Amino acid sequence: MTPRRRSLAAWVFVAPALIAIGVFFAIPVGAALLMSLTDFDIYALADIRNLRFAGLDNYSALLANPLFWQALWNTVIFVVIGVPLSIATSLGAALLLHSKLARFQGFFRTALFAPVVTTLVAVAVVWRYLFHTRYGLINHGLSYFGIDPIDWLGDPAWAMPAIVLLSVWKNFGYNMVILLAGLQAIPEDLFEAARLDGARRWQLLRHITLPSLAPLLLVVSILTMAGHFQLFAEPYVMTQGGPAQRTVTVLYLMYEEGFKWWSLGSASAVAFVLFVIMFAITLLQLRVSKST
Amino acid sequence: MPAGAASGPAAPDPRRPLDATRRSALRCALGAAAAIALPACSRRDAGTLRFWAMGREGEVVAELLTGFRAENPGIQVKVEQLPWSAAHEKLLTAFAGDATPDIAQLGNTWLPEFVALGALEPLDNFIAGAQGVDSADYFEGIWATNRIDQRVYGLPWYVDTRLLFYRRDLLQQAGYDKPADTWAAWRQQLHAIKRVVGPEKFAVLLPLNEYDPLVALALQSSQPDPLLRDGGRYGNFRGPGFRSTLDFYLSMYREQLAPPASSNQIANVWNEFARGYFSFYITGPWNIGEFRRRLPAALQSAWATAPLPGPLGPGTSVAGGSSLALFNSSKNKPAAWALVSYLSRPAVQQRFRRLTGNLPPRRSAWADAELQADPQTQAFRQQLERVRPVPQVPEWERIATELRVLVEQVVHGGIKAQDMPAEMDRRADRMLDKRRWMLDHPRSSLAAPRQVGLSGTGDRPCGLSPASEGQPACWPAGQTSGPLQPACCQRPLALLPSKPPQGGPEPRQIASAASAWRLT
Repeated sequence: MTPRRRSLAAWVFVAPALIAIGVFFAIPVGAALLMSLTDFDIYALADIRNLRFAGLDNYSALLANPLFWQALWNTVIFVVIGVPLSIATSLGAALLLHSKLARFQGFFRTALFAPVVTTLVAVAVVWRYLFHTRYGLINHGLSYFGIDPIDWLGDPAWAMPAIVLLSVWKNFGYNMVILLAGLQAIPEDLFEAARLDGARRWQLLRHITLPSLAPLLLVVSILTMAGHFQLFAEPYVMTQGGPAQRTVTVLYLMYEEGFKWWSLGSASAVAFVLFVIMFAITLLQLRVSKST
Repeated sequence: MPAGAASGPAAPDPRRPLDATRRSALRCALGAAAAIALPACSRRDAGTLRFWAMGREGEVVAELLTGFRAENPGIQVKVEQLPWSAAHEKLLTAFAGDATPDIAQLGNTWLPEFVALGALEPLDNFIAGAQGVDSADYFEGIWATNRIDQRVYGLPWYVDTRLLFYRRDLLQQAGYDKPADTWAAWRQQLHAIKRVVGPEKFAVLLPLNEYDPLVALALQSSQPDPLLRDGGRYGNFRGPGFRSTLDFYLSMYREQLAPPASSNQIANVWNEFARGYFSFYITGPWNIGEFRRRLPAALQSAWATAPLPGPLGPGTSVAGGSSLALFNSSKNKPAAWALVSYLSRPAVQQRFRRLTGNLPPRRSAWADAELQADPQTQAFRQQLERVRPVPQVPEWERIATELRVLVEQVVHGGIKAQDMPAEMDRRADRMLDKRRWMLDHPRSSLAAPRQVGLSGTGDRPCGLSPASEGQPACWPAGQTSGPLQPACCQRPLALLPSKPPQGGPEPRQIASAASAWRLT
């Protein structure tokens, strides 16, 4: 086979994937980019002559909209609290499960993974009761420590922390399984050698476990961050963006613009702004992890 | 979530080329000539009626259809159920994808939006030719929600409005026999209740995540001071009417008569009502059934309903509910209208009420012994004589949502109450920007005299339309209701002009073309 024929064969093999990506990703993304430059709404849906080219108006209106900044702030809070908490919980759970002292490992692995595969809507009903101000189990538990009842889902200051709690509980199992696989892949002789050199448990974790997991932790943190920036379902089922719009996230804002109010032009603009933000942060993460 | 529309079978494409239509008509005619069973023919070619209904109505409507099928054996009806939470999205996506049903149940506040889309068929001609559909029999405010730009786009199916549900025992303890009918007197009653129940409990529940109570009260002063001005071009929340409502509404929270809570936090309003956490609740007719089911037996005689108080006397409330509308892409409009007019017969509406608890929109349907003996429902009967539609612009729901958001922010101290009306006007004006352009810009489709909607069969009484192609069943000439008669239209209907393009022939031309084909 000549190199040329070989490259042709290669193109034929990748063509189905490329076509699928083109049709289901590149074209919609391009169309959305064009749409974000128009004021596409229900009037334009009725008759395309009602479509107006808006230039960057959607973007400037978005940046001038206090709700967008509120949503971005809410999302950033969720990411800044939620991502480290989620990864720490996953890592902790993975270490516990990996420990030689742990018994019934299979059972606990399944039990801790269970929230990931349960339906969020069902979970949300239960958590709404857990969070209830007067009858909730959480406030009941806090009352033993003399803490006054917290209006978890009704107090603008507490609603986002409540969503963080729910989200961490719901999602930590996924990263836990990835990290557990990573832990099991660390060669046992490294630990043995370190123990012979007199390393303590904390030192083992600090100098062997974490460095060995570093590439995996980077992947996990990028994925978790990307997922957390796209927070939507939890506020959608728990609070509908309330109270006082403190749980409106960027994606929730996009959903409301696009599918509730059918302003697809400005919804597309929200999507692209979110994309740019996430892209920038992921680049930053990669840069930081390379330099260390 | 967004990709919902494709749940039903693919709808017939209204823009199918003429020759395809003709071929299927021929096939049908040949089939009929060969004495092949008629239903098979109509099922394949004329298609069945697709009827989208929501929630509980979708579940029970099949039971109502048995009578319709007996009267119209030639018409097949397929009911497709939508959950309320996804219904609006699905309807819009269906419109975008040319997959709208023949008939749908539409919340009557959605009608302006679907009319702006040009998705609905005006019903005036159907109504004019029908027997037994008498607009004067409908509650005036409810009928008004279905009239947009002087045309009727929906037939009210059931009604919904908001009024007071209250604890009679607690009101009596506070020293009153029945709720007041003016705001000032009502507020005194609320204060009296608050003194009885103590600081831990409240007198009224006005959930911060619902806009209906505020909108119902705001509509009371909407004459002469409408919520939107200049034909729905600008917000009018700075007007004295809305300001007085807002002041009254916010005083409920300020004076601790209402808890600053959303209904999510209340978790179970019926339990809280039973505990006396609040004594008044502004809500709708479905709660009559819920209160009977969910409140303890001991409390059943301790609650009642009453019309809303108004600024100076008995107040108006919001005209809500659902209507039945025909989509103008339907190919089966005469049959679809037959179903709509069947469902709006008083006797059918009474059965519908017994199945769902939904209140009928026609006064004659209220002449039902069971309804008249029910005091909780009679308050709704009184209120329904005093209901008003919300402003009929497609943007209204968004404006009302923004109103709710701002009220919540005022209650939580985010903005000052006196700044709120101006801020609300600013936001409403921004949302109405496209509408202003549509109305005032000659290029847009709203500014031109509407062609949309005139193109369908509404102007042609006898099943004379591309819609009934191949469907030999139609009405006798001059009628647009009652049982369909088989084989009164024998000419291949496909020869009729198909749906004219936008800006196509004048309505008069369509009508004369139609009468040219009218059959004897």
